[in-house]
Amino acid sequence: MPPAPPALEVRGITKRFPGVLANDNINLTLHKGQVLGLLGENGAGKSTLMNMIYGLYKPDAGEILVDGAPVEIAGPKDAIKLGIGMVHQHFQLVDVLTVTENVMLGNENSSGPFLRRDRARREIETLSREYGLQAAPDALIADLPVGIQQRVEIIKALYRHADILILDEPTAVLTPQETRGLFKIMRALLDKGVSIIFISHKLKEVLEICDEVVVLRRGKVAGTADPKQSTEQSLASLMVGRDVLLEVDKAPARLGDEILNVVNLHVHDDRGLPAVEGLSFGLQRGEILGIAGVQGNGQTELVEALTGLRASESGRVFIKGADVTGESPRQITKRGVGHVPEDRQRDGLVASFTVMHNLVLCTYYQAAFSRSIVVDERAIAANARALVQQYDVRPPIINTLAGGLSGGNQQKVIVAREFSRDADLLIASQPTRGLDVGSIEFIHRQLIAMRDAGAGILLVSSELDEVLSLADRVAVMFEGEIIDIFPIDDADRDTVGLRMAGVRAAAEAAP
Amino acid sequence: MSAAKTKPGRRARFKLTRRRIIALPLLLLGIFILAEARAFDSETITTLKLVTRASGDAPAVGDIRLPTAAYLLTVGLLFIAGGALNLLELPAARWRRLSLILLALCGALFMPTVIIAAAAGDETNMTTILAESLRLATPLAIGAFAGIWCERAGVVNIAIEGMMLFAACFGFTTLFFLRGTALPLETAQLLAVLIGVSAGGLIALLHGWLSITFRTDQIVSGTVINILAVGVTSFVRREYLLSTEAGAAKLGNIALPFLSDLPVIGDAIFTNQPIFFLMFVMLAFTHIVMFYTRWGLRTRAVGEHPHAADTLGINVNRTRWINVFISGMIAGLAGVWFSLEATGSFNDGMTRGAGFIALAAMIFGKWTPLGAFGAALLFGFSESLGVRLQMVGVNFPVQFLQMVPYVVTLVVLAGFIGRASPPKAVGQPYVKE
Repeated sequence: MPPAPPALEVRGITKRFPGVLANDNINLTLHKGQVLGLLGENGAGKSTLMNMIYGLYKPDAGEILVDGAPVEIAGPKDAIKLGIGMVHQHFQLVDVLTVTENVMLGNENSSGPFLRRDRARREIETLSREYGLQAAPDALIADLPVGIQQRVEIIKALYRHADILILDEPTAVLTPQETRGLFKIMRALLDKGVSIIFISHKLKEVLEICDEVVVLRRGKVAGTADPKQSTEQSLASLMVGRDVLLEVDKAPARLGDEILNVVNLHVHDDRGLPAVEGLSFGLQRGEILGIAGVQGNGQTELVEALTGLRASESGRVFIKGADVTGESPRQITKRGVGHVPEDRQRDGLVASFTVMHNLVLCTYYQAAFSRSIVVDERAIAANARALVQQYDVRPPIINTLAGGLSGGNQQKVIVAREFSRDADLLIASQPTRGLDVGSIEFIHRQLIAMRDAGAGILLVSSELDEVLSLADRVAVMFEGEIIDIFPIDDADRDTVGLRMAGVRAAAEAAP
Repeated sequence: MSAAKTKPGRRARFKLTRRRIIALPLLLLGIFILAEARAFDSETITTLKLVTRASGDAPAVGDIRLPTAAYLLTVGLLFIAGGALNLLELPAARWRRLSLILLALCGALFMPTVIIAAAAGDETNMTTILAESLRLATPLAIGAFAGIWCERAGVVNIAIEGMMLFAACFGFTTLFFLRGTALPLETAQLLAVLIGVSAGGLIALLHGWLSITFRTDQIVSGTVINILAVGVTSFVRREYLLSTEAGAAKLGNIALPFLSDLPVIGDAIFTNQPIFFLMFVMLAFTHIVMFYTRWGLRTRAVGEHPHAADTLGINVNRTRWINVFISGMIAGLAGVWFSLEATGSFNDGMTRGAGFIALAAMIFGKWTPLGAFGAALLFGFSESLGVRLQMVGVNFPVQFLQMVPYVVTLVVLAGFIGRASPPKAVGQPYVKE
């Protein structure tokens, strides 16, 4: 079979930012009706490259060809005209507008100055039917779950007649079920002749959906691979530049006293509706309790209630035997609780502070870092220098702004802060979301090391693989309740998956 | 630690919710009204007039005669019931519904009750109060629309006050210098209004230059303009307007065809000055553009999530520039109301903070034209009430009555409406890359 003609070619693209060579002479080819996987660690230059194809950045050198002809892309408008659509890693949707308004924005198809919402709505409905992209046209974006928001982004591109679609880490925010849904949509798009660039960290997904894989490392093409002849291991090595341990190596748990006890906890969500409904569980020192579950089943509210960020309606939380219900985050932190929050940019860091100040966010007032009312900048800097070394934060510059780091390195800063202050209860929520294999490996090792040092760890993750490889016990949360708890040896993928979908043990046993 | 606290299990915790915050002043107001009711005997009657007539004349059709004490007693009890129910926040659905209905009823009765308590057994004219409220609301409402145009695009405009003052000054100065010429009065007045409106637009360009091009903090830029306005306009007045008797004819009344023939409101509302009518035009214009046109959709997108708009090929800063300019012209229209429509003269600082009240109306109205118009009406009502009570000679410090709407705003913002939600990107300059 002759190869399909190229839909998009990138030749010798180079982009320099102050102090960084983000893209260095990159070449790649996307063939018509195929999926090109783009792999690389955080900060390898994938997003930069895509932003140049979409016209958000201008390349310093090199050329872009669409359908074999060189093109000039000065802005998103040009890219849209050439049939290039992009779903950004952070969705570019206006929360307070409806689906229809978001889709039509910038391409309103109006009569005179007046909007024709009915026309756009009809078009959205047609697209929805054609590709299986269900999204209610009149719903507000703010009310939609991320999975649906992503569909709106895809509809936006199709509405502009895109036949080259760039998906920038589309699965980072999706549950396994939603990812399967996305793949179905992608296959429907391929059948209609759309070509797709698929950016991901998740090797399994890349192997499953892509026709060809290009791996970037430090701004350069490190190699190309044929998914049919590659393994996760080979891709990971190509990406990181060394052999990576994908499996977690851990000794059996050595259990100690109970460190966390939750009794009949009820918590409401932001809208005042019950999100956690009568949760009870215990956690011992030296163990990792994994909470598995599809996102949005009360995990967020549970973690916020445990760390004092959200008031509970009723029930009790005991840490090391003391009743901490209703205590403030500072009080709970002082009891030796570390927290790696789900949304690192919102809850984990102050983006406009430097790395060194972010590293003392919960300890700056303590004797080690302050004298009476004056903080001791020297002690803070010394602390930061040590932690940046130990936790391999890149670049290892303690006075860069935290907001300027890549996602993986931001996470390392949070982990460094929370792990370094003698916490013996750690609550980690989605600790590796959106990170590359190198960073994931590092954070997993740190978690195991803490466990072996006698800390109790509550690991909340929607990545089933992560829970299964790290946890000593697995609890499955569904609609605000723990519907089953397994010791790790009894937790097989299929059973846990069924529980995550809400199938209870009793229902399964019944004929 | 008490025994109850250590007992695990379900235990509801008391929360200071929005409804409880609003319930408290409601309760206090009810008690206050009851105390007020005791001051009247059962014979006292308050008459609400719809038709203007001298107070000694015989009662006319459309008069509403209310026994003051009984009315106040009823309303007072209603307020107390509403306050108590909302404070308790009983969870049952029908109690919830009842307390919400009571809340709405108390809100609706608030203004009439103030009027009746103030008239205290005398007569009071409802139509005049309504017409006067609308008239005094004109610069506030138009100013609030100016704010909406600007802030919906993501640029804070606290310079409305300054833009108004500039417009008031230059509009009047134009008319002042034109009155010696051969131009007919109407033409001169039209020119004066146009110059005033353009002055607002030009000052807005300064705001845009500082805050969009140079990315100066938008609050600082606005403050600079406000201070500049005070200085420049008082200089102009001292230098050019003070030398002679500075007074000019106000904008003339226009009687709308057909509508002005209606009984009662025909004279009070539909025969009025031009900027008054333009308030309604601007209301419709702003509402339609913001919510039914391509420009409005782009404006709102730019104010909420400029980067998203950028990725769709929309020029963020160009959109902002144009909106800021339109905002300035609308503020200019509000400004010439003071010098050309209301007084026919120009005084130092004659806008008296109306630009800031307009901003409050915009926020109270949640950045929507209709809401802002309603809020401006509330402020206009308070002003007209103040004026009226001074005329009647009530023995009560007027300043306190003028404070009422601001207190209401505070309570309502904190308790009833909830968090006011400005456009998300407001105040942030947009930087590409």
